[in-house]
Amino acid sequence: MSQAVILPLLLPLAAAILLLLTRRRISLRVRRGLNLGVSVLELLAVLWLLVLVSGEGILVYQVGDWPAPYGISLVADRLSVWMLLITALLACCALYYAVQGTDRGSRHFHPLFQLQLFGLNGAFLTGDLFNLFVFFEVLLLASYGLLLHGGGRARVRAGLHFVVLNLAGSTLFLFAVGTLYGVLGTLSMADLASRVADTAPADVGIVRAAGLLLFTVFALKAALVPLYLWLPAAYAGTSAPVAALFAIMTKVGAYAILRVETLIFGDTAGPLAHLIEPVLLPLALATLGVAVLGVLAAQGLRRQTAYLVVLSVGTLLTAFALGTRDGIAAGLYYLPHSTFAAAALFLLADVIARGRGAMGDRLEPGPAVPAAPLVGGLFFLAAVLIAGLPPLSGFLGKWMLLQAALERPAMPWIFALVLTAGLLTIVALARTGSMLFYRAAAGGGDASALALVSGLASAVGRDDPSQRSDGWRCDIGAPAMRAGPDWKRLAPVLALTGLCLVLVAAAGPVTAFTAATADALLAPERYIEAVLGGVVGGR
Amino acid sequence: MEALLAGIIASLTGCGVYLLLRAYTFPVVLGLTLLSYAVNLFLFATGRLTVGQPAVISADAPGYADPLPQALVLTAIVIAFGMTAFVIMLALKARAALGNDHVDGRPDDGGADRPLPHRDHAGKEEA
Repeated sequence: MSQAVILPLLLPLAAAILLLLTRRRISLRVRRGLNLGVSVLELLAVLWLLVLVSGEGILVYQVGDWPAPYGISLVADRLSVWMLLITALLACCALYYAVQGTDRGSRHFHPLFQLQLFGLNGAFLTGDLFNLFVFFEVLLLASYGLLLHGGGRARVRAGLHFVVLNLAGSTLFLFAVGTLYGVLGTLSMADLASRVADTAPADVGIVRAAGLLLFTVFALKAALVPLYLWLPAAYAGTSAPVAALFAIMTKVGAYAILRVETLIFGDTAGPLAHLIEPVLLPLALATLGVAVLGVLAAQGLRRQTAYLVVLSVGTLLTAFALGTRDGIAAGLYYLPHSTFAAAALFLLADVIARGRGAMGDRLEPGPAVPAAPLVGGLFFLAAVLIAGLPPLSGFLGKWMLLQAALERPAMPWIFALVLTAGLLTIVALARTGSMLFYRAAAGGGDASALALVSGLASAVGRDDPSQRSDGWRCDIGAPAMRAGPDWKRLAPVLALTGLCLVLVAAAGPVTAFTAATADALLAPERYIEAVLGGVVGGR
Repeated sequence: MEALLAGIIASLTGCGVYLLLRAYTFPVVLGLTLLSYAVNLFLFATGRLTVGQPAVISADAPGYADPLPQALVLTAIVIAFGMTAFVIMLALKARAALGNDHVDGRPDDGGADRPLPHRDHAGKEEA
């Protein structure tokens, strides 16, 4: 059944090509249906893959039947499929939100969305470092288009930084890949893993440099301190469904760090074992500290959410940096939770901003949000999730992380930073919630009151005016002053928070799965054997 | 030959990084281009430098040239080409949307020798 591995690549690629070719011929409604249909199909394909991998362990597909170190291998192990599943679920929710109106204005939104999924799925499935680079470029190129979708000054400025930084990152990636190939003579990750222990003593330094260069690139994608500066502006500036989908983008970097650290530089790597770990833990903890300051200082809900994404990366990589089975398992449980919660908050921020008209998502007293009890309740739920309060999934993830950190020498640092960051997040989100929902001006529908408030706000406003409303291109002329809640836009938010609740309800099976995944990661021999040995016709 | 190639890669990288750190989009794009040239040469050299060797192993030839780096370079060139085209378009778009070609959308205070453009596309954009 190893052909199933290529389905999550073929489906989005075929859909993207079809959508691109027919973008002028078929109506928007049909394209929306097509895109949603294919996204659901991808989800089903990934679920099938999950069943297969849970039974058979590791599935390998050799593209074109070229044997392993020479051809292109696609490898579906538990970690890859776990990431694929998170991506597919997130994509369905983000796309459902996008077809409510965000996708208008550019014919390329739908093809780019599928190409983004193609790049993401490819990055998770590939078993080869150079193809990891290629899929990174695919997903980045699609993300550049999606990030700029809708236009506007803030988007263009943030997009320029994002693109230039990532291009520089790609160059570093190529230098690292070239160095590894020059010394070790292979790029297949399984082959690299089996060869790295035999590195000649004179070459150890070069391989170490290449490994750390790779780590730098992945840290840039994952938005670790000090390489996170591109993220807040880019995520706060872009349209809501794109920001929600991008919640998985930082996790690609985290995935790559985890994969390279456990597979290539794992226990068996001889002099190069655990190359990244000593650097990773301090950086992850520093990310926690810096991101929570950003969460506190943010003046708009979307910027705050963007910093919450950075915060979740810090927590996640702290868990991965422990390098133990419990730590990695805790991280893998926290990963879907933080992705879904951040995406829900991005979408909710858009609903709130639409409801507040010209005030957008600024954290200043403004008009009341329509259907405030429902939207406020959802905000409360999302805030509890993302701050990690009991009894929801954020708490479970952090609890497992802290338990895994108990015996580590760095335990006081980890406890202090994770717990302080959690507390400050609660403070910041409580302030945001009360500002948005309690300190709303009476009679929010009144245009004169609205104008007065925004006039006052701009008179008092201390922040850079160009930072504020220009990212928002929602229809201000007709602010959503409807009486009822906007169910179509709230449905994906409900779905994403519902997924987090499922993570709590099914915590037993999920933690069993993540523990098995961590076990498999810490014993890479099976991965290497599955890719390199007995591969020809391995189906 | 190795020293010459290493020197070329080093100077390309150095110039690329220097230009990348400028604050205006045109030098930044040039810097990225130079960096991609440097990395292409670097990838090419990872297969070791050989002269007049076939890429396909043959009994007649004394050795062979590693074909894999050549394939990698080809891929990298195509990707860098596409990315450069994209970043140039983006730089032009930023120039139109922000009214100047500073990477942050605002000229430095120290850059007084550069004439400030007075075309303000911002009003139209913000409508």
